[in-house]
Amino acid sequence: MNSADFSIVLPEVVLAIYSMGALLFGVFTGKDKTAPLMVAMSAAVMVVLGLWIASSSAGSRTAFDGMFNDDAFARYAKVTILWSAAAVLLMGQSFLLKRNLLRFEYPLLVTLSVVGMMMMVSAGDLMGLYMGLELQSLALYVVASLNRDSARSTEAGLKYFVLGALSSGMLLYGASLTYGFAGTTLFSGILEAAGDEASIGLLFGLVFMITGLAFKVSAVPFHMWTPDVYEGSPTPVTAFFATAPKVAALALFARLMFDAFGGVVDQWSQVIAVLAVASMFLGAIAAIGQRNIKRLMAYSSISHMGFALMGLAAGTTGGVQAMLIYVVIYVTMNIGTFAFILSMERDGQPVTDINALNQYARAEPLKAMAVLVLMFSLAGVPPMLGFFGKLSVLDAAVSADLIWLAVLGVIASVISAFYYLRIVYFMYFGEETDALDSGISTVNWVFLMGSAAVMLLGIINMFGVEGMAAAAADALVR
Amino acid sequence: METIILFAPLVGAILAGFGWKVIGEKPAQYLTVGLLFLAALLSWIVFIWLEPETRTITLFRWIESGSLSIDWAIRMDRLTATMLVVVTTVSSLVHLYSIGYMAHDENFSDNEPYRARFFAYLSFFTFTMLMLVTSDNLVQMFFGWEGVGVASYLLIGFYFKKPSANAAAMKAFIVNRVGDFGFALGIFGLFYMVDSIRLEDVFAAAPKLAETQISFLWAEWNAANLLMMLLFIGAMGKSAQLFLHTWLPDAMEGPTPVSALIHAATMVTAGVFLVARMSPLMEYAPYAKDFIVIVGATTALFAASVGLVQNDIKRVIAYSTCSQLGYMFVAAGAGVYGAAMFHLLTHAFFKALLFLGAGSVIHAMHHEQDMRNYGGLRKKIPLTFAAMVIGTLAITGVGIPFTYIGFAGFFSKDAIIESAYVVSDYAFWMLVIAALFTSFYSWRLIFMTFFGEARGDKHTHDHAHESPMSMLVPLGVLSLGAIFSGFIFYSSFFGDVEKSREFFGMPEHIAAVEGEGGETAGSSHGGEAEAEVADTSEHNAEETVVAMSEHNVAMAGGAVAPQGAIYMRADNMVLEEAHEVADWVKLSPFIAMLLGLGTAYMFYMRRPDWPRRLAEAQKPLYLFLLNKWYFDEIFDVIFVRPAMALGRFLWKQGDEKTIDGGLNGLAMGVVPYLTRMAGRAQSGYLFHYAFAMVLGIAILITWMSIGGGVE
Repeated sequence: MNSADFSIVLPEVVLAIYSMGALLFGVFTGKDKTAPLMVAMSAAVMVVLGLWIASSSAGSRTAFDGMFNDDAFARYAKVTILWSAAAVLLMGQSFLLKRNLLRFEYPLLVTLSVVGMMMMVSAGDLMGLYMGLELQSLALYVVASLNRDSARSTEAGLKYFVLGALSSGMLLYGASLTYGFAGTTLFSGILEAAGDEASIGLLFGLVFMITGLAFKVSAVPFHMWTPDVYEGSPTPVTAFFATAPKVAALALFARLMFDAFGGVVDQWSQVIAVLAVASMFLGAIAAIGQRNIKRLMAYSSISHMGFALMGLAAGTTGGVQAMLIYVVIYVTMNIGTFAFILSMERDGQPVTDINALNQYARAEPLKAMAVLVLMFSLAGVPPMLGFFGKLSVLDAAVSADLIWLAVLGVIASVISAFYYLRIVYFMYFGEETDALDSGISTVNWVFLMGSAAVMLLGIINMFGVEGMAAAAADALVR
Repeated sequence: METIILFAPLVGAILAGFGWKVIGEKPAQYLTVGLLFLAALLSWIVFIWLEPETRTITLFRWIESGSLSIDWAIRMDRLTATMLVVVTTVSSLVHLYSIGYMAHDENFSDNEPYRARFFAYLSFFTFTMLMLVTSDNLVQMFFGWEGVGVASYLLIGFYFKKPSANAAAMKAFIVNRVGDFGFALGIFGLFYMVDSIRLEDVFAAAPKLAETQISFLWAEWNAANLLMMLLFIGAMGKSAQLFLHTWLPDAMEGPTPVSALIHAATMVTAGVFLVARMSPLMEYAPYAKDFIVIVGATTALFAASVGLVQNDIKRVIAYSTCSQLGYMFVAAGAGVYGAAMFHLLTHAFFKALLFLGAGSVIHAMHHEQDMRNYGGLRKKIPLTFAAMVIGTLAITGVGIPFTYIGFAGFFSKDAIIESAYVVSDYAFWMLVIAALFTSFYSWRLIFMTFFGEARGDKHTHDHAHESPMSMLVPLGVLSLGAIFSGFIFYSSFFGDVEKSREFFGMPEHIAAVEGEGGETAGSSHGGEAEAEVADTSEHNAEETVVAMSEHNVAMAGGAVAPQGAIYMRADNMVLEEAHEVADWVKLSPFIAMLLGLGTAYMFYMRRPDWPRRLAEAQKPLYLFLLNKWYFDEIFDVIFVRPAMALGRFLWKQGDEKTIDGGLNGLAMGVVPYLTRMAGRAQSGYLFHYAFAMVLGIAILITWMSIGGGVE
C-alpha cells in the first residue's frame, strides 16, 4: 500500500477507524449511555465525509492495481449512501430511545455497514466486491435483530442471515465460475476476456452473480426476505434497509455489469429487464393486500427497485443516469415517509396498521398534506418529483428500444397507485377511529417536511442532481 | 382604424361580460352600445373612402408550424368593407334596440342579472363576425366561423330555463358541425394542395387546382370543384341551405334582437360571403357553381313554400330569411358575386327591420307570437306598423319596372332573377315562384297582424302599446336603409358593369375582356408569372398590375392572385348578359309580386274564410307545408334515432359493459386474486423463500442456456 493508494481510500479508512475507535470508546465508558452521543457523532462524521467526497473532484482514479475505483459514479453513490444513512440514524434516535433499544453498537454497526457499502460501490475486483458486500451484510444481519427480546425481530435477523448466506453462496459460485473462465478477478480483465461474445461459463457466472445482487436489491424472485425483515426489524432499521443498502446494491449492480460485462450488454440486459418487470408487478400487486405499513413499504421498495433496474436494463448512459436520479428520488421519498412512520404511535406504542390513519388529516392537516405529497410522489403522480423519476427511466427504456418494458412499467405503476392513494384516502375520507398521537420529534418533522418540500420544489430545480448523475453515468459507461 | 372597428366589440364584450359587477349593469349596456356605434361610424368611413387596391393589415403572428404560418391580419377590400358596414350597422342598431327590448323579461326574475350578459354575448358575436369577414386566411376565417357559432349557441339558448331553447341551441350547434366538417375538410384540402391557407396564395393557385385531380373518398375529383364543394358545405350549414336548414327556424327560440342580428342580417349570410370571397377559386369550379345554383334555387322555393302556412310571426320571417339566402346563393353560383353581395346588403336592412318590427309587435303583445292571436294592431302601434310595411315593400320588391325607383329588394332581387335567367331556367322559375310566395306570406303577415279584427286574448290587446324610443329609432334607421339602399348602391354592385368593376377594384378585367383574342395586356409579365407557386406570397397584388387573362393563367401555371375583391373570369359574361335579358324576364318578378299581393289581399282581407277552406280541400299539401316538408321527421328517422341508438349501444354495451366491466373485472377480480396469491406465497417459511430463490436461478440459467446468450 503506497501513499497514493492510501489517499484514494482515505474516506473509507477514516470511517472504519472512527467506527472501531468509537466502539472501543463506548465499551470502556458509559456503554449505552453514550449511544445518543454516538448517533450524533456518527451522523456528523458521515455528513462531513459526504461533503468531503462531494467536494473532491479528482476525476477517475484507481488504487491497489485496479481493485478500488474512485470515480464520479462511486462518489455519487457514496454521497447518497452517507447522507441517507446519517439521516436515518438521526431519525430513528427518539424512537429507539423511547423503546429502550438505543444501544451504542447500533450507530457503529450502521457505520460499519456504510463502510462496506462504500467498498461495494468502488469495487474494481470480484474480491473487493465480496469484501464490501459481506461487511455490509454482516452489520445488517445484526441490526435487523437489534430488538433481541422480540421474537419477530430475531426471526427477521435470522431469516435475513440464512437467505443472505444462500445468496452469498450463489454470488461466490458465480464469481468463481467467472474467475475460472476469465482467469482473473479484476473487472477490467473480465471485460477483456468476455469480449463481445462471452463464453457460456462466463454467462453462467454472470447469471449467478446477478442472482446474488438481485437478492441485495430485493428483486423478484429473490425478494422473499424483504417483507418479513421490514416488518420484524425495529422501524429505524427498516428505514435504513429501505435506503442506503439499496443505493449501494444498485450501484454495485451497475458497476459489475458495465465494468466487467460491458461488452455483452445485450446478454444481461434481458435478464435484468425480466427481473425489473417481475419486481414492479409483484411489488404493485402484493402491496395491495397489506395493512401493515412497514410490509407495504417493503413491497413498495420492491416495486421501486424494479423501476430502477429498468434504467439499468436499458444498458445505456442515459439508462444509468436515469437509474441514479431515480434512486436519489426514491431515497428522499423514503426518508420522508419513514420519518412519518416512525412518529406513528398511539398511547406511546408504535402503530403500523394503515387503518390507524383514518381521518388523520382532520387532526394534523399539515403532516397529512406532507404525507399526501409523498404518497403521490411514490405513486408517480405528476407534478411530484416521483413522476419525473419514473419518467426518466421510462424514457431510457424507450430510447433503448425496450418499449414493452416501458409499457409494462406504466401498467405496474397504475396498479401500485392504488395502495398509495388508499393511504391518502384513509387520511382524508376514512372512517373515524381512535386518533394517533400527535407528537413528532423535531428531527422527524424536519425530515418529513423537507422531503415533501423537495418532492414539490424538485420539479423546478433538482439541485444539480441531474448533472451529477450524468457525470456519474459517463464515468461508468465509457 | 380597422383595428378599432375590429376590437371595439371585443373590448365591450369583455368589459360587459366580466366587469359588469364593477361598472354596473346599466353602464355595461351603454358601453357596448357606444362602442358598437363607434365601430359602425368608422366602418362607414372605411367603406366610403376605400381605396381600390386590396390592403392587408397584419396584426401579429398567430401560428407558426412547419410550412404553415398564419397571421392575424385584416384583408381590406370591397367585400370586407361591405360586410363591415352591414355587420356593424345592424349590430349597433340591434344593441340599441335591445336596451328597450331586454329591459324586462319574464324568463328571468327581477333580481337576476341577465342584461349585461346578453350585451356581452351580442358584442362577442359582433367581434367574431368581424373576425370572419376581415380575415386574410382560411384559418382565421374558421376562427370567426366557429366564434359566431358559439355566440349563436349562447344566444339561442339565452333563455336557458326553457328546455326548448336549450334544445334549439344544441340543434343549431350540431347541424352546423356537419357543415363545419365540410368547411374544415376544404381548408385541409387547400392546405394539402397549395401548402398555404392564405387567401392570396390560394387564389393564385386556383388555375392550377382546376387542372389537378385529387382522390377523395371513392373517386378522383377535380381539385377546384371538390374543394369548392367542401367549402360550400360549410356555407350551407351556416347559411341554412336545404338539408342543413333545420336549425334556423328553431333558432327563433332566442330573443328577437338575436334573431334580427344573427339569424337574419349577419351570421347566416357568412356562407354567401364565403362563396363571394372565394370567387377566384369559384370561377374555376363550374360544377360547384352549378350545384350552388341548384341548391340555392331549391332552398328559395322550399323555404318560401313553408313560409306560406306558418303561424308564428318569427317563424315566417325565419323561413323568409332562409329563402332569401337561397336567392343570394343563386347569384353567387351564377358568378354574379356583386348581385349576391348587393342582396346581402339590402336584405340585411329590410330583414333586420322586419325582425325588429316583429320584436316590437311581440313586445307590445306581451310575448305573444302566434299571428292568429293578432289582428287590428295598426292603430295601437302605428310606428311599428309603418316600419313593417316598409320592410314588406322592400322584401317583396316593390318598384316601378324599367326605372330606378323602388325599394331595396326591388333592385337586388330583380338583379338576381335576371342573372338566374342567364345561367339556368330551373333557377329562374324557382326564384320567380319563390318571389310570388314571398309576396304572399309577407303580406299575409301584415294583414294578419295589423288589419282585421282583434283576435286572441282581449286583455293583451287592450294593453298593447307602442315600444319605447330606443326600439323605434333602430326601426327608423333601418327603414331608411330598406327604402334607399337599393337605389343608392344599385349601379355599384350590379347595374353598371364598368362602375361595379371599379367598385370591386378589378380594373384589369376590362383589359382582359378586350384582349381575349390572344393579345394579353399581361404578356410583359410572363416571366413573373412563371415564378414558382411557392414564391407567390412575395408577390403583392398591389405591385403586379397583371392582366390575368385566362390564357395566361393556364399557360403560366398560375403565379399571382387576381386583383380585386372579387374575380370574374374573362368568359364569365353573366353580368353583362343579365342586363340584356328580355323585358318579360325583367317584368316577371314584378308580376309575381303583384300576384302574391293580390292573393294575400283576397285571402286575408276580403275572404278570411278562404284560407281555411283551401287548407281543408288540400289537406295533404297543407300538412306537408305546415310540417316543413317533414324534414325534421325524416332527419329524425334517418340520423337522430340511429345516432341515439348507436350512442346508447356504445354507452351501455361498449362503455359500461366492455370497458368499465373489463377494467372493473381486472381491478376488482384479477388483481385481488393475484394479490391473494402473492400473499399466500409469502408464507413466512424460510424454506419456501429459499425455494423461490433456487427456482428463480434455475429458470434464469435455463433461459440463458437455451434462449439468450448461448449460440
